[in-house]
Amino acid sequence: MPKDDIKEFRLVGTRPNRPDGLDKVTGRARYGADITAPGMLWGAVLRSPHAHAKILKIDTSKAEALSGVKAVVTRADFPTGLTGEEWNLQENTMAGEKALYDGHAIAAVAATSSLIAQEAVRLIKVDYEVLPHVTDVDDAIKPDAPVIREGAADASVPEGMPPNVVKYFEFGRGDMEAGFKDADLVMERSFKTEATHQGYIEPHACLGQLGADGKGEMWVCTQGQWFIRQMCSAVLGLNAAQLRVTPSEIGGGFGGKTTIFMEPLSLALSQKAGGRPVKIVMSRSEVLRATGPTASASMDVKIGMTKDGKLTAARAEFRMQGGAFPGAPVDMALYCSLAPYKIENVEHIGYDVLANRPKCAAYRAPGSPMGAFAVESLIDEMCRKLDLDPMEVRLKNAVREGDQASYGPTFGSIGLVEVLEATAKHPNLAVPLGPNQGRGVASGYWFNHNGETSVSMAISEDGTAQVSVGTPDIGGSRASIALMVAETLGIAYEDVRVNVVETGALGVNEPTHGSRATFATGKAATIAARAAIKEMCRRAANEWGIDEDAVEWVEGAAQPAGPNAGNYPPMSIKDIAKNMGATGGPISGHHESVPDGVGASFGCHVVDVEVDPETGLTKILRYLVVQDAGRAIHPSYVEGQYQGGAVQGIGWALNEEYVYGKDGRLQNPIFLDYRMPVASDLPMIDTMIVEVPNPGHPFGVRGVGETGITPPLPAIANAIQGATGLRMSHLPMTPTKVLAALKASQE
Amino acid sequence: MSKIHVTTVVNGDEVEFLADPRETLLDCLRDHLGLTGSKEGCGTGDCGACSVTVDGVLISSCLMLGVEAQGKRIETIEGMANGEELHPLQRKFVEHAALQCGFCTPGILVAAKALLEKNPDPTETEVRYWLAGNLCRCTGYDKIIRAVMDAASEMRGAA
Repeated sequence: MPKDDIKEFRLVGTRPNRPDGLDKVTGRARYGADITAPGMLWGAVLRSPHAHAKILKIDTSKAEALSGVKAVVTRADFPTGLTGEEWNLQENTMAGEKALYDGHAIAAVAATSSLIAQEAVRLIKVDYEVLPHVTDVDDAIKPDAPVIREGAADASVPEGMPPNVVKYFEFGRGDMEAGFKDADLVMERSFKTEATHQGYIEPHACLGQLGADGKGEMWVCTQGQWFIRQMCSAVLGLNAAQLRVTPSEIGGGFGGKTTIFMEPLSLALSQKAGGRPVKIVMSRSEVLRATGPTASASMDVKIGMTKDGKLTAARAEFRMQGGAFPGAPVDMALYCSLAPYKIENVEHIGYDVLANRPKCAAYRAPGSPMGAFAVESLIDEMCRKLDLDPMEVRLKNAVREGDQASYGPTFGSIGLVEVLEATAKHPNLAVPLGPNQGRGVASGYWFNHNGETSVSMAISEDGTAQVSVGTPDIGGSRASIALMVAETLGIAYEDVRVNVVETGALGVNEPTHGSRATFATGKAATIAARAAIKEMCRRAANEWGIDEDAVEWVEGAAQPAGPNAGNYPPMSIKDIAKNMGATGGPISGHHESVPDGVGASFGCHVVDVEVDPETGLTKILRYLVVQDAGRAIHPSYVEGQYQGGAVQGIGWALNEEYVYGKDGRLQNPIFLDYRMPVASDLPMIDTMIVEVPNPGHPFGVRGVGETGITPPLPAIANAIQGATGLRMSHLPMTPTKVLAALKASQE
Repeated sequence: MSKIHVTTVVNGDEVEFLADPRETLLDCLRDHLGLTGSKEGCGTGDCGACSVTVDGVLISSCLMLGVEAQGKRIETIEGMANGEELHPLQRKFVEHAALQCGFCTPGILVAAKALLEKNPDPTETEVRYWLAGNLCRCTGYDKIIRAVMDAASEMRGAA
């Protein structure tokens, strides 16, 4: 859609206060750990201190004998015979024959107080036979590495691969040899990124209740209540419809709250304790040791470029470990890594490798940041070598609508060129740099996602509207959905209430993930509102005795569509609602689908850094995020996504990493040592919202959550090269590592 | 372990509870007094989500024992608004979209209020360093800093 077609909207694009703002600034909002129930017990979990060990015997007798203990569960209390991902989830929920990582759950206890539950956990005696372990991806892929699990590889893995390779990817197009031959410069480099955690401030918490009759309820902080229902049901052998899951307010997720960890344990404990509800709240060290961090990666990239900056061929070979189960996002990393570029000849190879670490979960644009770190770093280095402007090279090779993506599909409407052009004009690029300072740019890509979506909207008796949605509000989605519904109905923003509802109230919804809430739920809510409008027009037509096609909806009222339709004064939504009982009953609108028309998202970041030659510390001086939103429904929360994504990326680039010791134990499972960015580490994060509307959404939305975490990793590495001349190829670029590299370069 | 009777003042109201000596002030606020606005993000004093003031001093309530609250005056997020009237910081946080998930928000508001009581005209750098003990993972801090600066400006104007 050309830019001059952008319509002016009454509400879309404004910045009203979010509907849940008052609850969240007064402490009233109820998160996972904030509720209690009559007869409630507290749960606690015993976790493996070993990275890899055979479980020989679990003696729970002393724990069971402790006064106040009402139930103890081990894997023996779970159903058997699960296969595939359901078995993986069950095995990750509670260890079976082996503990597979430091922190793996071994047993769980429910007691009348949290302190008693913790004491009981300490009374459980486990006999382990400690096994050799492996935590690094390059070690885990060696042919003689300790084997995490026999027979875990799927059909994609060719014969003769090392034993911990469980999935293999290979795809591409063109003629690699000819492509590299056409280049004036061919460079090859290896890169590594370490595992990071989503770092949501709210630890996982749930309150589960399950009776002997198999009927249960759960209150839980999650990105997706239906995922919780489906996964808990599968792991425990329950009837999904008998389990009602209500999402609490959620204290951050970033992908990490799209799966189960201790939730099935609360249900199993509850059932064993006679149906008393059981609350489990993780500690921070449990969150870091035993939830779902992202994968670590080891990557080789080879790129060919002509002396005027045209990319001729690119080869990416990525190895990732995502813990002791399949699922490292190596495929996504490959898909995204070359997506910003139009290249004829591309080859992608990927290995998903098991290691003795927790089962990885999604983390904001899963895989994309690692792939971008490798590709965008190498492209930048080649630009420096050929003395080319990195912005011009990106523009010269940028994909446009109709181009075939590096990973296969053909792009629809996309805004990469618009993003790059807007970036190049931004004043931050004209700021002069001082000594020890450098500037880095990088692009990033995310597909965006639709997913199963079910929305119900009902008109109240006074003409206001309530919308039931299934996607938890993590960052202002109630506001954006209310804006779209109010815009469509022609009523005030304040006259719409958006409720995030439990699993019993709607059809299946995927979680708030994949940057989908404002796209998919927003689209479904808009279609639901249109259905209600159609019904209200029909009621007016009946009242007037004219054909319903002769009625149109304008500014919140039904009116005859033109002079031939009849001469009646407009009938407002309030008038129609007031009389709905007499004109046919309740008025509502529904929509259920996997909404089509997903619009892909590109971004470009520019960062200025200063590297202290004495300490190796990298200071962020200036930071700019430019990204195509399609349309910003509530621009403040779009900016918030850009800024938050960028700062998570900054943390990944400079500080954050999972550090495993020689003993295979996580060395830094507290926030003091798992060092996320704090306010004093950062400048303001400048943003520019580019709007190339997505024709697949009623208001042009693409989805904005994820792309922003991708460019910071390479952009900062590129800026550090500008400041120091050093190419840092292993994240995080801590002061220690930068200083060592500086010293090595001076020798 | 036998429990200890504690009498203290929370948000201006005298309250009493029985605390296990191992329980933190945060545990007591949340589990005995039903004041769940203060959050536990880490339990080690690193995230600031449990920030409260005790006799006017800003602390992490996860690092103080509940029994130590005896005879003290405690202020939590629940006491920040004056009835229906929000504190300017609370209002500015909503207006500036300075929260996304909102989990760190109570602690940041309590900490920011303590800053503005000490220093009504802080620079951006002073706000950033004062709030360095409060982790926010959603916002990148930009809008939080702007909201605090704007609230400070409004409060100076109103004084």
